[in-house]
Amino acid sequence: MPEAPRLSLRIDVSLRQGAFTLQVRHQVESRALALVGPSGAGKTTLLETIAGLRKPDAGEIVVGDRVLFSSARSIDVPSRLRRIGYLPQDALLFPHLNVRRNILYGAGHDSRLALERVLEVLEIEDLLHRRVGGLSGGERQRIALARALMAAPALLLLDEPLAALDDPLRWRIIPYLERIRHELALPIIVASHDHRFVRAIAEAVLPLAGGRVACADGD
Amino acid sequence: MGSDVWQTTAFTLWTALAATLVMLPPGVALAWLLARRTFVGKSLVDTIASLPLVMPPVATGLILLYLIGRRGPIGRLLETWGIEVVFTWKAVILAMAVMGFPLLVRTARAGFEEVSPRYEQLAATLGAGPGRIFFTVTLPLAGRAVAAGALLAFSRALGEFGATILVAGSIPGRTRTLALAIFSDTEVGHDARAAALLGISVVIAFIAVTVSNALVRRRAPDAHA
Repeated sequence: MPEAPRLSLRIDVSLRQGAFTLQVRHQVESRALALVGPSGAGKTTLLETIAGLRKPDAGEIVVGDRVLFSSARSIDVPSRLRRIGYLPQDALLFPHLNVRRNILYGAGHDSRLALERVLEVLEIEDLLHRRVGGLSGGERQRIALARALMAAPALLLLDEPLAALDDPLRWRIIPYLERIRHELALPIIVASHDHRFVRAIAEAVLPLAGGRVACADGD
Repeated sequence: MGSDVWQTTAFTLWTALAATLVMLPPGVALAWLLARRTFVGKSLVDTIASLPLVMPPVATGLILLYLIGRRGPIGRLLETWGIEVVFTWKAVILAMAVMGFPLLVRTARAGFEEVSPRYEQLAATLGAGPGRIFFTVTLPLAGRAVAAGALLAFSRALGEFGATILVAGSIPGRTRTLALAIFSDTEVGHDARAAALLGISVVIAFIAVTVSNALVRRRAPDAHA
């Protein structure tokens, strides 16, 4: 069984948004990094910054050997070229497309994952021709995961993947994330304020508070 | 009913349809720009695009006449290429398009503003470029508003009178639309023909409103996020 490669992440960013300032400097090598902290700590902002959805005012983001952002070197790789899968808290399935077309939206010819493999890992074969309107929270999360995976990312970002789920469903999604990490050999960064979940899935933890690193174990 | 009644009806329908098709690409592009981008002169562009909605149609027609008339800057240019617009079917389509344009832009813009930009951002993380995002995410999610705007503009074009009569005249068989024909027939006392044209106008308006209502009522995918 392939194991996810260790991901090297170097991040040194500052980003001001109104009264909130994100100021994070951290370096870590991990297969599964968890961003933890209370609401408003900056977890989502940091994930969106790594994904290229928000532009830092200054700093540098390096994933593996790829410089994704560097204000000093005027580098800002657009999010469509970053090869970073992003699963937002609310799954954000395209409401006008059915499940199959959602999943295949980002699938390129060079996708390293076959659709059948992703459907099997996430157990969503039976949902393929459904409309997204009638899906449960857990189904939506798994389909959004499949959609992100089919775009063949080198890194997967998960923003509070359990937040929209009821308690029994929460513990059913964890094995799927484990399978992504182990069977699909994909490193992940997950934002969560659920300590049980973080303990179950993360190898390294980056605690945030008020937009800053509270007490890092990898710094 | 005489064949001229049907000819006028067919002429009005196809020129209104052509005007709608002509204004769709620039109208949708402008609506998207106004909804999604910030640029210098945005409010000026917005105001100019809305002018035909609030100005008297005859005044809009006069501006068009200044522009595309033989002595106008655009008219002179077109004449060098052998293109004559004033008092032809092309002028009818132009007048209809200009008068319907603000309705299309305003309705489509509201539709684009309803679409959460987060869908577009997410599509970008899946590797989609701006063009693909627009045609596969933004436009389909705003599709109902764009269609409603196009229908409104088409309906406005069907009834266009003031601007059309100035730039295209009311030449039977060449530039006379339903609205112009009803006016002409009433003026010269052809009441039966005016009544027939009126009946046709009511039927067309009824169909347009029914389709518009059906479009609005049809359950759309939730474009919020």
